[in-house]
Amino acid sequence: MTATTGQQTGRTTEPDRPRARRARGGSSWTSFALRRLGGLVGVVVVAVVVTFVIVPLIPGDPAVSAAGPDATVDQIARVRAELGLDRPMLERFLDYVGGLLQGDLGHSFSLNAPVSEVVLRRLPFTAGLAFLALLVVLAVAVPLGMAVGALTRGGRRRRLDSAFGYTTAFVAAIPPYVMATLLVLLFAVTLQVLPPAYTRSQPGLSMLLPALALSIPSICLIARVVRRETAVVLEQDYLRTARGWRLGTLRTAARYALPNLLTSTLTLSGIILVGMLGGAISVETVFGWPGLGLGVVNAVATKDYPLVQGIVLVLAVLSALMTMLVDVLLGIVDPRVRGGQHG
Amino acid sequence: MAEPVTATVPAAPVARPGRLRWNGALIAGTLLLVVTGVVVTIASLTMLESAEGLSPDVAQPASAAHWLGTDDFGRDLLARALVGAQASLLMALAATAISMTAGVLIGTAIWTAPRRIREFALRIVEITVSYPELLVAVVLAAILGAGRWQLVLAVALANIPATARLAANLSGAIHQRDFVTTARLTGVPRRALIGRHLLPNMAEPLLIQLAASFSTGLVAMSALSFVGLGVQTPDYDLGRLLADALPAIYSRPLEVVGPTLLILLLSIGAMLVGDGLAAAADPRVTRRAPSTPRPPVTTRPAREQDSSASPATVEVRDLVVRRADGTPLVHGVSFDIGRGEILGVVGESGSGKSLTALSLSRLLPEGLTAEASRLRIAGTDLLGRPTRRELADAVAMIYQDPGTTFNPALRMGSQLTEVLRVHRGKSPREAREIITGLLEDVHIVDPPRLLRSHPYELSGGMRQRAMIAAALAARPSLLIADEPTTALDVTVAAGILRELARIRDETDTATLFISHDLGVVEELCDRVLVMKDGVIVEELSREQLRSGEVTEPYTRMLLESVPRLSATPGVGA
Amino acid sequence: MTAEGLAVEDLTVRFGRGARATTALDGVSVTVPAGHTVGLVGESGSGKSTLAKAILGIVPAESGRVLLDGTDVSGLGRHERRAFLRRVQLIPQDPYSSLNPRRTIAQTLAEALDPAWARVRGHTDAITSALEEVALPADAAQRYPHEFSGGQRQRIAIARALITRPEVVIADEITSALDVSVQAEVLRLLARLRRELDLTMLFISHNLAVVEQVSDEVVVLRHGHVVEAGTAGDVFTAPASGYTRALLAAVPGRREEGAPLT
Repeated sequence: MTATTGQQTGRTTEPDRPRARRARGGSSWTSFALRRLGGLVGVVVVAVVVTFVIVPLIPGDPAVSAAGPDATVDQIARVRAELGLDRPMLERFLDYVGGLLQGDLGHSFSLNAPVSEVVLRRLPFTAGLAFLALLVVLAVAVPLGMAVGALTRGGRRRRLDSAFGYTTAFVAAIPPYVMATLLVLLFAVTLQVLPPAYTRSQPGLSMLLPALALSIPSICLIARVVRRETAVVLEQDYLRTARGWRLGTLRTAARYALPNLLTSTLTLSGIILVGMLGGAISVETVFGWPGLGLGVVNAVATKDYPLVQGIVLVLAVLSALMTMLVDVLLGIVDPRVRGGQHG
Repeated sequence: MAEPVTATVPAAPVARPGRLRWNGALIAGTLLLVVTGVVVTIASLTMLESAEGLSPDVAQPASAAHWLGTDDFGRDLLARALVGAQASLLMALAATAISMTAGVLIGTAIWTAPRRIREFALRIVEITVSYPELLVAVVLAAILGAGRWQLVLAVALANIPATARLAANLSGAIHQRDFVTTARLTGVPRRALIGRHLLPNMAEPLLIQLAASFSTGLVAMSALSFVGLGVQTPDYDLGRLLADALPAIYSRPLEVVGPTLLILLLSIGAMLVGDGLAAAADPRVTRRAPSTPRPPVTTRPAREQDSSASPATVEVRDLVVRRADGTPLVHGVSFDIGRGEILGVVGESGSGKSLTALSLSRLLPEGLTAEASRLRIAGTDLLGRPTRRELADAVAMIYQDPGTTFNPALRMGSQLTEVLRVHRGKSPREAREIITGLLEDVHIVDPPRLLRSHPYELSGGMRQRAMIAAALAARPSLLIADEPTTALDVTVAAGILRELARIRDETDTATLFISHDLGVVEELCDRVLVMKDGVIVEELSREQLRSGEVTEPYTRMLLESVPRLSATPGVGA
Repeated sequence: MTAEGLAVEDLTVRFGRGARATTALDGVSVTVPAGHTVGLVGESGSGKSTLAKAILGIVPAESGRVLLDGTDVSGLGRHERRAFLRRVQLIPQDPYSSLNPRRTIAQTLAEALDPAWARVRGHTDAITSALEEVALPADAAQRYPHEFSGGQRQRIAIARALITRPEVVIADEITSALDVSVQAEVLRLLARLRRELDLTMLFISHNLAVVEQVSDEVVVLRHGHVVEAGTAGDVFTAPASGYTRALLAAVPGRREEGAPLT
């Protein structure tokens, strides 16, 4: 999970070709937005195709598993017709897409309810958990990484540097569900101050442990990224320029280091945060948290494929949205990204 | 003639062959993995009976015979954890091998493919990476079904996009390098291009990715087993064991300990290895500065000297710049710069010319210290503790412009007015007016437009003129120009030189002009110091330099090295 | 005039498509007669490196022809194209990126002779003499690029280009990353090789004085157009175009007439 940044080359060789001077103003924003939207559409389209393909790819007859173990041949045939499994593939795909466009994600036979209903019921739990974890991560990791990066710049305070390095490596290496187990052991079993699992009566309180389990490893990962990027940014030419203008440490840090730091940090954080969404799958299981993660696990276990399709699709779109959000933030922070000069 | 080349061009800090530099994290991680690996392998060979055989010692607490106690079937929990760990370890290794091989092949092949295929493939990889790996693994596990090898395959396939993207990015970067271009032009076949040029230069980052893949693979597989989609009872791995232990966490918390501990050992081991490899590959980390922290930049007196009043704006006596280990890089340099004088300092790389300038502006890089018996700019004694304001009044700098001297995130206006707002207490509006005037002075055609621009929208010449305007905004006593025209085209450079000459003629600002180019120095400077290896070897007047009246062989060699136009156009330009 | 040598006729190269397209080269014609060195001068954005890339087929030309010894190279088949690329060699600009850091000098040189297998054995004599040609000791063959300075690397890059005895050498800004004294040495080396090997060379540089030192003829490029072409003597003493005059006037520290070095 070590995020590797592209190698910085010190030497800049001016490309010997007329530099396209970009028109200033609105057009760069429009084309930026269009490019990002295009990326989002690509991600969604692939997700739709892949989720559709899940069912035909699964070994065994989905109608058999849907109808249940005691079903008669007639019942199975009826279920098959109900699921449309007797029709040609293309027709079924068009139906699937058509349904999606109308917000119809299919019918969950294990819960005997529309998938969209199940998803809507579970979505707030996962979204809330991810959002809380995200807030905690960004609020802690960014200042922590910057502080350590600034304190250890140019090889200073090597002890702090290695203490930080080892501690974060250690904590980041703890898988979220192990972290969850450890937190349950400490807060629920030993100290008995927080509920060990989701309790309907105290949703807020029972959210604390899952959010912590999700965010602590990510905090360490992102703090490491921020620390390294801080070290890189502090060596840039424009920081030397700002120091030459004697603007003072705080002003230099806030106006010259921070914005440039955010560019690379956000890029890498986006990847880590999407990974966090994956972590929700296992953490929700530990705490019995009724979100989409637990939902997809149960659906796979009960072979409820329409439900698997629906939840996977929603989670994929959710992570695509998260990536796009990060990209848009990047565009706001760094004009070069908008101009498309940043690769 | 003899042609031994002794130039001190520093070797580029890019990947160079050589032995792996072992460091603390790498040793600790490798040790952890190897020891754990050996222990679980031995355990799986010798303790299989106590791990899987049923015994009457049901649900025992920890004891000498059963260190972690037994489960409801009388199986030893420690033995189960160790044997389960061996399964997890082998599965993680298998998954890593699959995903690394496939990912690296795909990533490198993308870059040797024709452009259209390449762009399409890159987009596909980009899309697949944007789904959470664990979610992809869950979907694959659903398709492939439960069981050990299905699990390995699911996790390996889910990890391929990340590895492929890294490999593609790395090969993309290496592809830009000239040796790949020449190799392709020579007709090196594709497999040799990958084997000889791409893969060897990607080794370090790929090793780091290998460690990361192992760690994510281990975690993902345990996670799938944990949520019940992976290894199924009676088969077991660490995730399965942890899941089995969790329901009984209140009654037998000890049952959680074994699997938890082993997952931690393995994944921390992998993390440390990855970290150690990254540190060993990163030139920034290995280039260590002082072990004992020193004050970063201090200028302290070497010996006292009577301070008689002198007309010079800048006085430098016995300036020594040292590395943290005491090695001197500049050996006792002394010079003056008068009011309105341009002093040139010439030398090749490593001569100490830039360090001399940076000492005067108190901007030496970390780990370097300067000392002198006298170091003054106008009224400011740099050996004391000048305030920021005093420093800003005393000295301003102009740098070489490779396009990175301005903050890419801010508009020019906000950066250029900074000095005026901070040190002169001007309102943003006043500062803008002043800077607009200064920009007009340095012949910027449309200052308001420049102020609205971001740095990347400007040409090198415009940025350099803006840099001069910003430097002049503080009305400094000394202007230091460090290779200001080196990155510019001749016609643009000539314009910048004219601006510097104009500043000398119109103000009484002293200028320290640093360059490797004797031609430029000869044209602009009133006086020239020639530096070599941290020492001033010769001081020349402009006239002496022009007529070639030099005594030092080094200066002569430099002069003769400068390519000159021998022919002069008949018509004056 | 014979057709021997390299000729570029009316070459146009455009980057990008549609409204965003920029013209890098616009109907450029350059002739490098056999045994001559033609200096190609221009500022950044003039298209001088693009021309080198277009000759070698690294960037596609929109129209125009590249001729080697009178033969159009655009219609060549795979096999003939490979032969063409062995007859025309490129020396790149950056000494730090022109050599693979993971391969010894011998391996790098052997690859030029034997692209498919890059076997050093069987080529040791050729390698030794190629190194000797650029005044490097024979034991340099066993070492890695990082053990050499920038100037030495550039010599190795030259040796790599010359080892196949190409008919035409394209040198793209090969001295611009070097210190002046090292640059002088590399230029002296080139001058010697030009004499000894009778090189046909397209020498690309932004530095007029450097170009003047090594070239028989000079072509001045600006914004993708040839502004001026002629013998070195003519272009430098009696420039016809205003742009060339401005370029020459901008060169700093032009020695006053007749001023001796002592």
